[in-house]
Amino acid sequence: MSPPFRTASGGRIDRATAVEFIFDGQTLTGHPGDTLASALLAHGRHQVATSITLGRSRGIAAAWAEDPGGLVQVEEPFPEPMLLATTVELFDGLVAHGLPGQGRLADVPDSARYDAVHHHVDVLVVGAGPAGLAAALTAARAGARVALVDEQSEAGGSLLSGTERLDDAPALEWVAAAVAELAGSPEVLHLQRTTAFGSYDDGFVLALERRTDHLGAAAPRHVSRQRVWRIRARSVVVATGAHERPVVFADNDRPGTMLAGAARTFLHRYGVLPGRAAVVFTTNDSAYDTALDLSRAGVHVQAVVDARPEGSPRRREECEAAGIRLLPGAVVTGTQGVERVTHALVAPFADGAVGAGSAIACDLLLVSGGWNPAVHLYSQARGRLRYDEVLGAFLPGERLDGLTVAGSAAGVLDLAGCLADGRRGARAALTALGITPAADDRLPAAPESAVPTAPLVLWRVPDTSGADGSTSFVDLQRDATVADIARAIGAGLRSIEHVKRYTTIGTAHDQGKTSGVLTSGITAELLGIPVQDTGTTTFRPPYTPVAFAALAGRDRGRLFDPERVTALHEWHVAAGAVFEDVGQWKRPRYYPRPGEDMAAAVLRECAAARTGVGILDGSTLGKIDVQGPDAAVLLDRLYTNMMSSLKVGSVRYGVMCGVDGMVIDDGTVLRLAEDRFLVLTTTGGAAKVLDWMEEWVQTEWPDLRVHCTSVTEQWVTLPVVGPRSRDVVGAVFPGVDVSAEAFPFMTWRDTSLEGVPVRLARISFSGELAYEVYVNPWYAVAVWQRLLEAGRPHGITPYGTETMHVLRAEKGYPIIGQDTDGTVTPHDLGMAWAVSKKKPDFIGKRSFARPANADPLRKQLVGLLPVDRETVLPEGSQVVEFLADGELPPPPVPMLGHVTSSYRSAELARPFALALVRGGRERIGETVHVPVDGTLVPAEVTGSVLVDPEGARRDG
Amino acid sequence: MQLIACPWCGPREEVEFHYGGQAHVPYPDSPAELSDEEWALYVFFRDNTKGRFAERWNHTTGCRRWFNAIRDTTTYRFESVYRLDDPKPPVTELARSRRSTAP
Repeated sequence: MSPPFRTASGGRIDRATAVEFIFDGQTLTGHPGDTLASALLAHGRHQVATSITLGRSRGIAAAWAEDPGGLVQVEEPFPEPMLLATTVELFDGLVAHGLPGQGRLADVPDSARYDAVHHHVDVLVVGAGPAGLAAALTAARAGARVALVDEQSEAGGSLLSGTERLDDAPALEWVAAAVAELAGSPEVLHLQRTTAFGSYDDGFVLALERRTDHLGAAAPRHVSRQRVWRIRARSVVVATGAHERPVVFADNDRPGTMLAGAARTFLHRYGVLPGRAAVVFTTNDSAYDTALDLSRAGVHVQAVVDARPEGSPRRREECEAAGIRLLPGAVVTGTQGVERVTHALVAPFADGAVGAGSAIACDLLLVSGGWNPAVHLYSQARGRLRYDEVLGAFLPGERLDGLTVAGSAAGVLDLAGCLADGRRGARAALTALGITPAADDRLPAAPESAVPTAPLVLWRVPDTSGADGSTSFVDLQRDATVADIARAIGAGLRSIEHVKRYTTIGTAHDQGKTSGVLTSGITAELLGIPVQDTGTTTFRPPYTPVAFAALAGRDRGRLFDPERVTALHEWHVAAGAVFEDVGQWKRPRYYPRPGEDMAAAVLRECAAARTGVGILDGSTLGKIDVQGPDAAVLLDRLYTNMMSSLKVGSVRYGVMCGVDGMVIDDGTVLRLAEDRFLVLTTTGGAAKVLDWMEEWVQTEWPDLRVHCTSVTEQWVTLPVVGPRSRDVVGAVFPGVDVSAEAFPFMTWRDTSLEGVPVRLARISFSGELAYEVYVNPWYAVAVWQRLLEAGRPHGITPYGTETMHVLRAEKGYPIIGQDTDGTVTPHDLGMAWAVSKKKPDFIGKRSFARPANADPLRKQLVGLLPVDRETVLPEGSQVVEFLADGELPPPPVPMLGHVTSSYRSAELARPFALALVRGGRERIGETVHVPVDGTLVPAEVTGSVLVDPEGARRDG
Repeated sequence: MQLIACPWCGPREEVEFHYGGQAHVPYPDSPAELSDEEWALYVFFRDNTKGRFAERWNHTTGCRRWFNAIRDTTTYRFESVYRLDDPKPPVTELARSRRSTAP
């Protein structure tokens, strides 16, 4: 059985197929082609929700995205909040309920796919109504590469809502032919259910395609649910139509109150009668079409209330023939009813004054206050608007390069005009691109339309209800009224942007599609200034809401950011390593044995490296190959110390500063040949240092014959560390004399292992005897395993970054970016020895001579030993000092500095820390305090090198 | 998101580029001979121009080359790009507008 308000025939729905859905717990039926809104209306249901703050009944007030009333939450097939009943296409199994202005996010993961596609075109046409189709055909016929996107389920735009004829046939026949012609054009991409929601610079438009939403549970799993199209168009034709505008009056939010054009859409497109007895309230001619069509379909049109003194003389005869009462010079001043309108209050209206009224019974109140061109995409592209006095609307006010507005979006409101304007827009775009329009780009003939009677610009009906505008709703979603605007103005606000923020009008789900221009008009009226002086608020993307899931697309989970792993990653995983993220790298942090926590594992790993032998995967270390006759000159200019004097075969530690003299990176440099260096950087600094080198070479020293390239991934680096490392490395590489005499500290040697080239370097980041083994990543696992094998008798222990950090901190080796923060000089780190006094200049040198650099109270890197030998001071903790009387100074307590690194030391058998402390080196031996969890922990200030300060261990 | 015309690669998406600050601020010939104030001017002070501004840009995720550009800081529009060894084009106060005067 058909629902009570479904027409007997007509509409774009598939009447042969029934679909079942559940709304607010009630099982209902509809047809494919319905929206949730049309299916509810077919059952006579207008009220969908209650309002956000006042709890007033709200219903379906429009037929598409401009609806401020019909908010729903979809529960099945996937929970999704804040959708509009008017834009949810009906499918079998849909479960939804009305929302009081706020939804609920899904608490289950979204298993649907989302993706993005880049597309480049000559002409992008937005909107497949008469103007958009005409524009797309014109561009396609000229051979241009075209994209046509439209937000509805099918092309046609306003033609879907009416009975217009073209070439003496139903207009939808022309639409079908146009769509077929576009489908046959190889250079045309035509997307329906695709909303262009953002328009940016240089013809960049973002559009959201809803690919499977309308299929419900039947959506194929392999097809993305939604797709973001990133369209770069040489020219854009915006043919997005117009939104009908309501007139504000008392109790204008009562369900059953609807835009006049929406009722026509529900009738013609969905085969639904939105009521039985209608009152039509209008200020212009367009609502007469609705009145006459509804009357023909069997709705009793009680009256057409026209605010214009003469009404529409042109339409009077038609109304009389249809038996429709015309009330010119009258307005609707209010409504009656509880959850649905039962009466419209109608009163005479002349010269802005309202006379005594009467109630007309109705279950449907249709309103038209004119049309607002949908200028959103034009405005987002920073096009200025101008106010048109006749239409009472804001129109595109200037020509933009690469963007044309056509059809009713440009204020052209008749069918023939829209077709011609679409073609004009496309021709203009083509001409600008140097593409000749086709000789034959014929458009269908639209019947001559008589010149309509000029509309009356009426924003609101004076409130005679006694509520003083407090029930005259401007923004239904925000429950914001004329009284709220008056209050904003009373508070002294004049700018429309301020009024918007004070009243919250236009900040809801619909972003003011119906309320925005009304607010401008009412504000202007209350201020007594012209509307054009008020202007509109700023249009910003997105045009309609876009789910974050769609914007994220495939950039989620593991694809959010690349994960970099070393050649030994699988080995680390198998060994049970716990990983940490270092930039994009996954690095083993420690290798727990059964029952060990991190603290225990790290103490064990540290002890192995200090007393036996440990091995680290240091492959993530940045490596830059610097080649060319001027390589040494470049490095001399970039490092604080002298690199040109480094001998081939040797290694030198270097510090790199910015022009401000602050440390930006450090590392070792291997001289491979007279004209070739291998520069090692920190893991995190690798890309930055290469960019730094490139910047100076390109912008300041293009005369230098030098090239820099990253070789980070060409070499794995395996430090073998500890007093037994010589035995291990000597056993694996018998061709190398690993003795301290033949292979001294800070030198490197090339060797090979069964034909595979290997480089060994005596570099130590722990203070222990250590050899770094460099090999091609293909052989990483084999070499690693040989080293483990050879180290087994010595208890070789793989260790992770945490142990690496403890070992280096015990030696006072800073981590740039952890122990430094961009305000720290090499001198602050106690590395004056790494700053050349011989070089006439290098980057940062001049800044060292600034008086601030000589300030003895600069923060300096020192060690801290908690006196209780227990507390591991949290990194980042503040360092404070007591006054002479043993008390804290009064708040605000001056801060001496902060803890930069802090660990438990196996070697020292106590926790220790590194800290940047004001005048730190002068304080060595003093006690400072560190607040930890509300107590002040005393700590002794020490030098930064806590283990082996003499450096006796580095040769084993 | 605008297109930036890399002088080596042609127009590419803005996200491929990195900003490098004011152009034509050369590293001083003899920093040691500068006063503290002169050196501070080089290190810390840059113009904050409203309108046309000569800037350095780097095509970071493309050819990785540096180049210079004249950009209008009020509209963000790039008016011209030029290679580092090209002379600085005359920068006038007249800002090119995206708009033409006809409605």
